[in-house]
Amino acid sequence: MSYKGIIARYAEVPGGIIEAFHAVEKEFSFLPEEAIAEAARVFKVPAAEAYGVASFYSMFSTETRGKNIIRLCESAPCHIAGAAEVVAALEKELGIRMGESTNDGLFALEFTECVGQCQATPVITINSKPYLDVTPDIIPNILAEYK
Amino acid sequence: MINVTIDGIKTSVPEGSTILKAAESIGVKIPTLCNHPDQAVKGNCRVCVCEVEGSRLLSAACVMPVWEGMAVKTRTPKVVEARKTILELILSNHPQDCLNCIRNQNCELQTLAEEYFIRDNPFSQKTRGMAKDYSTPALFRDPDKCILCRRCVEACSVVQSVNALGLDQRGHHAMVVPTMGWDLIDSPCVMCGQCIHACPVGAIGEVEEIDRLLAAIADPDTVVVTQIAPAVRVAIGEEVGLATGDMPMDVFAAGLRQIGFDYVLHTNFTADLTILEEGNELLKRLQEGGTLPMFTSCSPGWINFCETFYPDLLDNLSTCKSPQQMFGALAKTYWAEKSNIDPAKIYSVSIMPCTAKKYECSRPEMNDSGFRDVDLVLTTREIGRLFRMSGIDFDKLAGSHFDSWMGAYTGAAVIFGASGGVMEAALRTVYEVVTGQTLENVNFEVTRGIQGIKEAEVDLNGTVVKVAIANGLSNARQLMDEVRAGTSPYHFIEIMACPGGCIGGGGQPITKSNAKRVERINQIYVEDEACEIRKSHENPEVKAIYEEFLHEPLGHQSHHLLHTHYTAKNKKVL
Amino acid sequence: MAEEMRIVLRNYGKIDPLNIDEYIAAGGYKALEKAKGMNQIDLIEEVKKSNLRGRGGAGFNCGQKWFFANQANADQKYVVCNADEGEPGTYKDRLIMQGDPQSVLEGMAVCAYAIGANKGFIYCRGEYPYVVDILNQAIDQAKAKGVLGDFDIEVRMGAGAYVCGEETALIESIEGHRGEPRFKPPFPGVEGLWGKPTIINNVETFANIPVIVEKGADWYASIGAPSYPGTKVLTLTGDINNKTFFEVPTSTTIKEVVYELGGGVAGGKKFKAVQIGGTSGGFIPESLLDTTISFDAMSAIGATLGSGAVFVMDETRDMVDVVSKITKFFEHESCGKCAPCREGTARMNELVGKIKGGQGSSADITLLKKLGGVMSIACLCGLGQAAPAPVLTTLGHFAADYEDKLV
Repeated sequence: MSYKGIIARYAEVPGGIIEAFHAVEKEFSFLPEEAIAEAARVFKVPAAEAYGVASFYSMFSTETRGKNIIRLCESAPCHIAGAAEVVAALEKELGIRMGESTNDGLFALEFTECVGQCQATPVITINSKPYLDVTPDIIPNILAEYK
Repeated sequence: MINVTIDGIKTSVPEGSTILKAAESIGVKIPTLCNHPDQAVKGNCRVCVCEVEGSRLLSAACVMPVWEGMAVKTRTPKVVEARKTILELILSNHPQDCLNCIRNQNCELQTLAEEYFIRDNPFSQKTRGMAKDYSTPALFRDPDKCILCRRCVEACSVVQSVNALGLDQRGHHAMVVPTMGWDLIDSPCVMCGQCIHACPVGAIGEVEEIDRLLAAIADPDTVVVTQIAPAVRVAIGEEVGLATGDMPMDVFAAGLRQIGFDYVLHTNFTADLTILEEGNELLKRLQEGGTLPMFTSCSPGWINFCETFYPDLLDNLSTCKSPQQMFGALAKTYWAEKSNIDPAKIYSVSIMPCTAKKYECSRPEMNDSGFRDVDLVLTTREIGRLFRMSGIDFDKLAGSHFDSWMGAYTGAAVIFGASGGVMEAALRTVYEVVTGQTLENVNFEVTRGIQGIKEAEVDLNGTVVKVAIANGLSNARQLMDEVRAGTSPYHFIEIMACPGGCIGGGGQPITKSNAKRVERINQIYVEDEACEIRKSHENPEVKAIYEEFLHEPLGHQSHHLLHTHYTAKNKKVL
Repeated sequence: MAEEMRIVLRNYGKIDPLNIDEYIAAGGYKALEKAKGMNQIDLIEEVKKSNLRGRGGAGFNCGQKWFFANQANADQKYVVCNADEGEPGTYKDRLIMQGDPQSVLEGMAVCAYAIGANKGFIYCRGEYPYVVDILNQAIDQAKAKGVLGDFDIEVRMGAGAYVCGEETALIESIEGHRGEPRFKPPFPGVEGLWGKPTIINNVETFANIPVIVEKGADWYASIGAPSYPGTKVLTLTGDINNKTFFEVPTSTTIKEVVYELGGGVAGGKKFKAVQIGGTSGGFIPESLLDTTISFDAMSAIGATLGSGAVFVMDETRDMVDVVSKITKFFEHESCGKCAPCREGTARMNELVGKIKGGQGSSADITLLKKLGGVMSIACLCGLGQAAPAPVLTTLGHFAADYEDKLV
């Protein structure tokens, strides 16, 4: 679906620009400039303001990124449970650094704040689906689900 | 009334007053940085924090309303430590570049750093490392210097409804940026420069071009000719330590000659000429059923705004060039011929209260004289710098005349500098042209003042002409939306991009409040009253140019040199 | 022996959360019916008398807050449920919403009746899209059953901004803006969402409401600590044997939580510190473990109950290392609106990093203390005011961890 069609679905939702951005991200993995401009038109706010909203929230990206977004929590509970080793393993397995996307456009790797699954740290999420008690050796299996 | 005690002083203030207002009323000064007298309260810099009895937290004086029995302390060690620490934090992220800064000695942050004797900042110096944005010919941005007070954002959005500025990112990475983080030129910016007045520091300024003037003056083969816009005189004194309005015009002219200008002429001359052209254009539209309401076209920020946001209304714009560009086209034709100077050698410099004029003179179509009509635009502030650099003592300087052919002007031209002035000047002339009678009282008080939208009706021999005046682009937008909707009752609308008109222009001495704009407006009318001739059509040099060169308003020569056309800006986003 | 007491988790694991009939069979929506039979002021008085205090962290008397909104004159009022659970180590709102979503809807509906609102929002954090699905299903079922009457509830999703847990930032976000806190006053109860009187309560607060209405204020007020009665859901993380959750009366001590419910420090190691209330909570040393978890007892030792996260660290943990993650968190999560937080969180992270890297001096410690002191009293909102707490409390209780690294 085009970003115009996606955004139009939320046109009648007061303050719905964030909901619209979520929907666009779901489709495109990021917020293209044209989509931000379109949202500005639909929600009747200046483009400068719509961009300010898009760039404020860390789940939104205004730059292209991989299709499957891997987020890794490094808050204190995950940190002391070994999040750093998981970071290293993910970076090695994907051949990219945190904050980057793979060349094939399949994966994006980024830090996130706590994802609220702290009963089983460290935690990663892929497209918001949580993976619990993650250790470096189970990472290839997890990633295989998305290849 | 609410009873409060501030630093032991008891006072009563109206309900809803903030601590800051209450303190001001009894002469207790609380420092501020994001606070702006004409804007919404921001409460984000926290420099104004005070102790309130019974509260663990400090209160920001600019936002905290007082309550009955409130006891405030504004100078305790806790308060001073907090303010100093906040200033140190802001300064540690601010380039230590004061000596090279366009706002050196006129910077709110610098002043506070001095008042709070910031010496050895314990925080390490770390700036954002952003590149400056010189994408427009009028304004530059230096994002490293931005302290995120957001006053420019409000000026651009609320005051001007241009919305070219917004925020990017958050936290320590937050920045004020043009739309989408693009260069300013790609945003809907109209280059009015109101953000400059709003900025407490040097994060936005005019593109300085003093060096180009100095090079022209230094070249013996170049004849440097200048024009002074109507709003400049009332404000230039502020740049050289005089009170608003305190620089006599002849002393100003003498000062310019001291700097090295070869000929000192006046935009007021073409302001008067504009009235003849624009007044006749209005009459023609009224008589022949042309597009109405007609909009004035003197303000280049407004022209940019119309071309950007109301491209469907370009036919409503008067085709008259602004007085600056009329002057430019005539200086290298009519005046060059009269003065027997090769126009190729003329370097035409205008002194303007305006930043958008820098852009206007660079518009590709502005070359009807066969040359670049205006070569250089300097703002009032830039001329102020030149005066200070030249060490001119204006108290001792003897006045000087203006040069001939394009130096004479009337009170009607003077008032172009204030919102409503073009309208009043036009009415003075149009009334006499239409009725054939002498206008005894030339003062149209209803058109005057800083009020955002003004309206009036004038009876011209039975024909009632409805006019409206807007200053500030948010006010203009209101009138434009009516026009677009087909509900505008007016025949003629004057619009000035800047609040108060050109006296509040983006190139004027840094104007921290509308109160200063009002002061300048008042001075404009003092000058008008003092003029012997106060109607544009009675300007002897204007009469001469029609006799010798233009022959008639809206004639062939006028069409070629004094009128222009407009083009939709087609910005990617608004 | 400390024991669990389940009020907000009364149905957790016992009913199918996606089947409203099971909630109703368990007594659900009786409280709403009872509430609607009461005069609004009497209802609010009852909630006030229960002394239920907000479970979101600020601890304001819930009934009192409702009273302000009830008294406000407006054509439109809103009820907002704060489900932007973002405190690291916290997942209790998720448990409630996943396990018993109708209890939250019922609590909101009681509030709506009390203040005279017909529109509600649940602002759920963007990290919980699967919870959003559950909430939407629950709302659809409740609408189909007609139990909510004319009260409409809509779910909105956050997008990764911890600061939106602050009620005015949350309002801004629902309105579609950057999640930047507003200055208070005016408080949301007077001027909130779209400028209308708005009650914002935490998920856990709302989940308490039906039980209070049903069993009465006196019953509730008698549970736990008198000044902060009721229960609190705690989530145990870190170096603890039972990495799980418990709902306990607020008179329970930290020691009971860690050693009895939590089963003590994992791996047979010694206890070093516990941070309670989420990432902005103070660090608590062994000497203070007899403190009860109630709001005021925690405040008295310079700590907070906050979200109820209980993060335990064993003897091998370096406080500077742990705190460095926290300062990084706050640098990232500051909204950037006010100067002391925007610049201060970054400087705090820089200074802690410098000390952690062995480059710090005693002057840096002094500066950290000054900075922390200023931020805690001068920042615009709770985020900036609370951000220095982990640094200041570890500097106080675990100074050696810092001093060992100084140049």
